[in-house]
Amino acid sequence: MHEQILNKEPVVFDDRINIQVPDFAEDPMNVPVSVEINGINDIAEIRVFADLNPIQKILVFKPLHIKPYIAFRFKVEQATPVRAAVKTNDGSWYVGGRWLEAAGGGCTAPGTGTLIPDWQDKLLNVTSRVKMNDAYIGRLRFKIKHPMDTGLADGIPEFYIKKYALLDESKREIAIVETFQPVSEDPVFSFDIYDAKTSSIELIGMDNNGNKLEALIRQ
Amino acid sequence: MRIRRVLLLLLFYNTTFAGALDYQLTPIKVSDDIYMFKGLKQDFTPSNGGNIVNTGFIVTSQGVVVIDTGPSYLYGKQMRAAIGKVTDKPIIKVLITHHHPDHFLGSQAFSDVPIYALSSTIKAIEMEIASLLTNMYRLAGEWMRGTEETPELFQALNLSEEKLGNHQLQYLSVSGHTNSDLMVYVKEQKVLFSGDVVFYNRALTTPHALPTEWLATLDMIQAMDVDFIVPGHGDISKREVAVIQTADYLNWLEHIISNAVRDGLDMNEALNIQIPERFHGLAVLNAEFSRSVSHLYPAYEEIFFK
Repeated sequence: MHEQILNKEPVVFDDRINIQVPDFAEDPMNVPVSVEINGINDIAEIRVFADLNPIQKILVFKPLHIKPYIAFRFKVEQATPVRAAVKTNDGSWYVGGRWLEAAGGGCTAPGTGTLIPDWQDKLLNVTSRVKMNDAYIGRLRFKIKHPMDTGLADGIPEFYIKKYALLDESKREIAIVETFQPVSEDPVFSFDIYDAKTSSIELIGMDNNGNKLEALIRQ
Repeated sequence: MRIRRVLLLLLFYNTTFAGALDYQLTPIKVSDDIYMFKGLKQDFTPSNGGNIVNTGFIVTSQGVVVIDTGPSYLYGKQMRAAIGKVTDKPIIKVLITHHHPDHFLGSQAFSDVPIYALSSTIKAIEMEIASLLTNMYRLAGEWMRGTEETPELFQALNLSEEKLGNHQLQYLSVSGHTNSDLMVYVKEQKVLFSGDVVFYNRALTTPHALPTEWLATLDMIQAMDVDFIVPGHGDISKREVAVIQTADYLNWLEHIISNAVRDGLDMNEALNIQIPERFHGLAVLNAEFSRSVSHLYPAYEEIFFK
């Protein structure tokens, strides 16, 4: 893990990294993870990974101008530690983790969305719910329609969202998220964007087949 | 040293082999001719062998009607032996209330008797039996030995009422706990075998729950001429208190999860919601609440996300 995910750079465990998962993965296709960093400044990026998953890397999150908080769901294949690693601008890694019990089967099971005949029409469609804080968006939650196929289920090639950016109303990038195969089908993401003081959010991204993600979210 | 080793061996022998796999099924008389086997108010574990469910039987002058067959082949066999100690009348039919594994996996022990379930229940059994079995072997361990995939044992129940000897039985096809729940009502004694539509003093399980339909079914029961309910899990109870408790918890669950999604809480924040004190007496509360959030929360995203 140290070599593959954290480039063998210096690492310390740190309880300012608050990562939450349930004790048991009731639905191995949709395990909720929340990561919140309290009291570490200068964050360059946050990596979330599961040591014992067939694909360990789950997500990379760069909170450029928003709170270092993200929540989403992922697929788990067996019981595993789930960790969040924070890299600060001086090149150090701070790591926190939680043990997740699971019966398994989340990564190698096929998705269900593509069984619906016209699933392609809705590909990369975005729906959302925002909680306003005066005139600005506070908590932002949105869902992106996508199969997020891992490539580990028989006969189904990998097909997943690779990367997206959140832009505020002046087109400034306020966060960048790289997603990997274990992120759940039709993923739902939560952010706290109070600090950006914007009344709308633009989403721009792409999946591994080059399909474009473009959406404008407002109240 | 040697004595201790012998003692340890004896202990090992006692808990592992001699009588260890005994569900200790003792029929409890609910009313004349009506009996139940009471399960533990627990989760599935290797020590309880999956015996967390209430099953039952009705002795009519024509023969015995069995309601649900428990979590394993072994349970079904031991249940049958225990029924044989109450009556020497033959078992004439078995009714399965719904497709959850603790209610039907004992059916192999009744393979010489017609076993009835609602047709949607049979479809669900056919689709899910393989994964249900894997899961039960994982959770309950050696008690499951010999329990196999036998979806062919079940036939569709097309009756809604019948008189068997001296007893008038009503078969009520409802939904809510799953999309297809069967309840058995014994008219004269005013006893209802509710299956998992009613729980009492044990937190609800919700993997296939349809909260709105479930609440409507509970309203329907509240209007029925029923004195006692044998719930699928938990204690036998007078109709009113058990139904009120089930509805109160379900209403709260639906309300709290819906509000969580409406207010922008992520799923882990929803999992950390404080459960009101009035529910603290329900067995398995924290584990079931956590599972229910996982089951019910995503559906509200469909509703609130625009």
